[in-house]
Amino acid sequence: MALDKNGIAKRIAQEVQNGYYVNLGIGIPTLVANFVRDDLEVEFQSENGILGMGPFPFEGEEDADLINAGKQTITALPGASYFDSSLSFGMIRGKHVDLTILGAMEVAENGDIANWKIPGKMVKGMGGAMDLVASAENIIVAMQHTNRAGESKLLKRCSLPITGVNCVKKIVTDLACIEITKEGFLLLERAPGVSVETIKKATAGTLIVPVDVPEMSL
Amino acid sequence: MIAKNVDNVKQALEGVSSNMTLMLGGFGLCGIPENAIAELVRLGISGITCISNNAGVDDFGLGLLLQKKQIKKMISSYVGENAEFERQMLSGELEVELIPQGTLAERCRAAQVGIPAFYTPAGYGTEVAEGKEVLDFKGKPHLLEHAFEADFSIIKAWKGDTAGNLIFKATARNFNAPMAGAGKICVAEVEELLPAGQLDPNQIHIPGIFVQRIFQGKFFEKRIEQRTITQK
Repeated sequence: MALDKNGIAKRIAQEVQNGYYVNLGIGIPTLVANFVRDDLEVEFQSENGILGMGPFPFEGEEDADLINAGKQTITALPGASYFDSSLSFGMIRGKHVDLTILGAMEVAENGDIANWKIPGKMVKGMGGAMDLVASAENIIVAMQHTNRAGESKLLKRCSLPITGVNCVKKIVTDLACIEITKEGFLLLERAPGVSVETIKKATAGTLIVPVDVPEMSL
Repeated sequence: MIAKNVDNVKQALEGVSSNMTLMLGGFGLCGIPENAIAELVRLGISGITCISNNAGVDDFGLGLLLQKKQIKKMISSYVGENAEFERQMLSGELEVELIPQGTLAERCRAAQVGIPAFYTPAGYGTEVAEGKEVLDFKGKPHLLEHAFEADFSIIKAWKGDTAGNLIFKATARNFNAPMAGAGKICVAEVEELLPAGQLDPNQIHIPGIFVQRIFQGKFFEKRIEQRTITQK
């Protein structure tokens, strides 16, 4: 069965290692924080200016001055720090952030990503996404394998305006976990109960299928 | 001590006029200079070019200036959550320049610290790179980006003193810090204005040299855009 959003987040959480500083994008990536193992020392960065981001506050404890990049009210954990937007992107550009997890509308088999604009339809802006994908060395995309019309989001070339070039390293979708290689999309794992055939059908770009493709263990 | 304090927002914004370029601090509605925005609405000036990370919501923040059609051009990184903005942009009434957030912040900081231009990898290979000089550093292409030029930078801090020193609270520091001193005149509105000497010099985030005028805002709504809570 295809994974739901929490399932995708749960699988991505397995990529988080001890000592990592992690930037989480809006949407499914935000959910990853809920599934990171308790015994790992990890700090979450939000690019509007906090390291050591904690969960949402209890009712009545919301602070208008303490939000994440999705403009949601949050809390700060012990050891947290605040900083301005320039220093925040300095952390990102300077490669001090170990892992970036973000959503996408399309990913190409060479690692290009499109997630900021649908010409004539949606023009909200790139926010910090272009800075993140241009500098981060470890980028994982969390997304559905196909769009609402049932079309593949894993393509040979992006059709939408791109956010960054050759930058995505791994993709976790509702159907599969895929690594970007020089040869194309390498199928690493299947979502529980999802067949290789289903993944093949849903992937428009070059899909490399090893002899043995294990199921994800969640 | 060089006194920077003025009595009210009216004095603080003296000289602001139509067709100017204004920088305004804040991220979403967090840390926006609410009192100055209200005064800009009251002044009724128009043709403004706004450098601000976001464009507010329909009835708060820069949305108030959009409603009155006072803004000619927005320079931002993200402009969702505002229906009137979208309408004006799609109809061509409003000019919009979208810039990667880190580049936006650094173009403010560059103006603040006297760096005319810098190279950044953000936006390479995208629409953002069109017409920009590209240079490789260690085999990686970077874009040449320039410091902003603004007539006024209008920012908001938590506490300030009469010398213009500023302290921000939590994530309300955002663009307010790099915009300090990035315009020809920097106006700071604060929640609490104290006599010089009352703030610990060790704790100052922005020294008063970057601020020309400081005033205590009359009222802060501090609206929350996305109220998210954890159930007990």
